[in-house]
Amino acid sequence: MTDPAATKHGPGRILIAVYGVFALAATARAGVQIATKFTDAPIAYLLSAVAAIIYCAATFALAKATKVSRKVATTAIVIELIGVLAIGAFSYAAPDDFPDATVWSHFGQGYGFVPVVLPVLGLLWLRRTR
Amino acid sequence: MFAPLTWFLVALSLAAALFAVVLAARDKRINWTLLGMLGVIEVALVAQLVVGIVQLSGTTRDVSGPFFIGYLIGSLIILPVGAFWALAESSRWGAGALAIACVVIPILELRLYDVWTA
Repeated sequence: MTDPAATKHGPGRILIAVYGVFALAATARAGVQIATKFTDAPIAYLLSAVAAIIYCAATFALAKATKVSRKVATTAIVIELIGVLAIGAFSYAAPDDFPDATVWSHFGQGYGFVPVVLPVLGLLWLRRTR
Repeated sequence: MFAPLTWFLVALSLAAALFAVVLAARDKRINWTLLGMLGVIEVALVAQLVVGIVQLSGTTRDVSGPFFIGYLIGSLIILPVGAFWALAESSRWGAGALAIACVVIPILELRLYDVWTA
């Protein structure tokens, strides 16, 4: 397929819907954490905010589905994959540094492990619609 | 928390999700029956917001206000955005995307219940 708009149609519709849910969830979570108790765990909450930005970027880039936005989406999703794997591993290795969970803590356990599966599906879908 | 309203929302949202999955499986687009169900859910969610605010202001429980209100308000956004997103798709996948939106409502209601009883 050469049409970049293919990214937002078909199964991509469901993928983007799931991304949208995570964009909203991560943004709301980070917003509340930073607004109400930032000093409790600043690093964890900043990482929450980074995750929120990544999810929003991936959602809008996938939904826009142009040649350029596909590149933005790929970059965002690669960062997302690295983030969930790194923070997932780190939160098991040093649980004391994560007194309050981020979306990516424990590989997204609090979200049914969807956060660790989603970037893989996202990259597969971008490849499939290339 | 007004339990009957919460369970009504969980049950109706799951029914709507199932209905959307059936439509997608049968290669159908979203229809007015499904949109009607979403309308009822949305009205119930607004009622839940009102009930939630009233109960939060009168409770002595140690409820995390920002999270509680966050879930209540966040739940109002899901279905309209989901319906808009799904209607712009002229294939079965629109109904599939709407099923995702419907499944989010019971999850939010259960989280809301968790925050309330924490």
